[in-house]
Amino acid sequence: MTMQPLVIAGRTFSSRLFTGTGKFSSAPLMEEALLVSGSELVTVALKRVDVTDAHDDLLGHLSHPQFQLLPNTSGVRTAKEAVFAAQLAREALETNWLKLEIHPDPKYLLPDPVETLKAAEELVKLGFVVLPYIHADPVLCKRLEEVGVAAVMPLGSPIGSNKGLLTREFLEIIIDQSRVPVVVDAGIGAPSHAAAAMELGADAVLVNTAIAVAGQPVQMAHAFRLAVEAGRLAYEARLAAPRAHAEASSPLTSFLD
Amino acid sequence: MSFRPIFDAHRWDDVKASIYAKTAADVERALAAPKCTLEDFKALISPAAAPYLEQMARLSNQLTRKRFGNTVQLYVPLYLSNECQNICTYCGFSLDNKIRRRTLSSVEMLQEATVLKEWGYEHVLLVTGEANQTVGVDYLQKAIQTLRPHFAHISMEVQPLDREDYERLIPDGLHTVLVYQETYHQEDYKKHHPKGKKSNFYYRLDTPDRLGQAGIHKMGLGVLFGLEDWRTDSFFTALHLAYLERTYWQTRYSLSFPRLRPAEGLLQPKVEMSDRELVQLICAYRLLNEEVELSISTRETPTFRDHIIKLGITSISAGSKTNPGGYVVEPESLEQFEISDERSPAEIAAMIRRQGYEPVWKDWDQALATPVP
Repeated sequence: MTMQPLVIAGRTFSSRLFTGTGKFSSAPLMEEALLVSGSELVTVALKRVDVTDAHDDLLGHLSHPQFQLLPNTSGVRTAKEAVFAAQLAREALETNWLKLEIHPDPKYLLPDPVETLKAAEELVKLGFVVLPYIHADPVLCKRLEEVGVAAVMPLGSPIGSNKGLLTREFLEIIIDQSRVPVVVDAGIGAPSHAAAAMELGADAVLVNTAIAVAGQPVQMAHAFRLAVEAGRLAYEARLAAPRAHAEASSPLTSFLD
Repeated sequence: MSFRPIFDAHRWDDVKASIYAKTAADVERALAAPKCTLEDFKALISPAAAPYLEQMARLSNQLTRKRFGNTVQLYVPLYLSNECQNICTYCGFSLDNKIRRRTLSSVEMLQEATVLKEWGYEHVLLVTGEANQTVGVDYLQKAIQTLRPHFAHISMEVQPLDREDYERLIPDGLHTVLVYQETYHQEDYKKHHPKGKKSNFYYRLDTPDRLGQAGIHKMGLGVLFGLEDWRTDSFFTALHLAYLERTYWQTRYSLSFPRLRPAEGLLQPKVEMSDRELVQLICAYRLLNEEVELSISTRETPTFRDHIIKLGITSISAGSKTNPGGYVVEPESLEQFEISDERSPAEIAAMIRRQGYEPVWKDWDQALATPVP
């Protein structure tokens, strides 16, 4: 039994677990964990790689055919800076896919909705496949959809916090309304959080800290893979609605028959 | 808006007394609190917290790994000049110290840079004394322009500048500025800085505000341990940091912990800070602030540095020379202070790996802050 494949901007993904590459204790360990995770979309911070170096250590460990690279703009503070960095990333990494991250606040790394929308609009015009990291703001998601982003990436809770789906109510609205794939990004601290997001109907999740900082990152990557598959299969199988009480055995309306 | 009114509202002696009055109960409350306040921080740096060091270290380790992952960043100082018009009682570059003065030319900077690049460095910290005629803003701008093509991340530890000067240097690639208050004790500050522009306490105190207004990406704060009571000075540093984070919310912050080291012809520390106390302070800062970067230099011994990277430290220097030209141009010139850890960057990187951390050489890219016309 397999999940329905996910399609973003014409590319088909058989894994709905997207992954990050930061915070691992070594590049080989990262590589092993990502391979075990089954992930096919892997985000890389432009600030961490040397795009002028053909032998960059991090990139070297990501050169597997199943990994599609998703460069991110972490570190920029404005739309202008993001557009410039994106163009450099496209040229250097030979992909027009981009995780648009504009978080001018370095303490909680919360995304700037105004700059993100501005940058997204311009980047789409420049031919990028834009996946913006944003608050779980349903209206912003619709606005981004209108300017042509390929997916939206609302946060579950502050990045790196491992607090899970604190924005659940808003994620539900976003998933309900969205015409582009919804990827829950940030705050997913445990496989159960990932499964919960998938059960809600998220199209994918992006996980980094919870895998990289785990006691056994490779095993944790495997656990996330299973959780994402379980959550998605459950969503596709249609969950039974939770009930507070047992069903009444004698129907109340049978006298109408 | 500036830090000055907040600073003036705190009397040194009152702060000191309140830190030393903290009890074990205060420490336990601080350790159990979901969010550490400045009052909690006082308890954590007080003598009453000494028996709780192991617990603080464990918490600090966990919080640091959550935020920064299993990584330690590497940087290296590049001393450009030892010319200085200030008298500072603890510094080898002090005006009254009869040493040969040396300022690197652009060609010499590049010679030094070549070695640092061979070692793998992408983050360089430019250091000078304060001599406005020879190493003023024009010189610094030239240095940044010269080195920018070679380093992903340029930091600077020089004299405090005016806001307009910072605004001039940032677009050229200046990413981080370190400016240490040395001590927040006003009278003692005057004693240790009797002559030169540096003797103006408030101009220095206002420097982080000017940096914030100029839109600097990152700034580093700290005091020099050995001049005054380290606990009180650290409270003022934390107070300063708390104000800055709220005011200049787009800037990142780092803290350093320089302990006074012997340098030629200088005073001995008035207050000794033990290894145990330094660990207490580092852990207390981490418990107060999960996001602040904590940095340790080669002033500290190999044994101390090997152990401290698990306790909250996020960046470390290695292979450092504290004299201008110290890497290749003129290795024998006089250093600012003696370093304690002489291991090479490769040895430090291997040590970091052995402890289960990844040494990170590059964590910034000039492309991320390039002004678009």
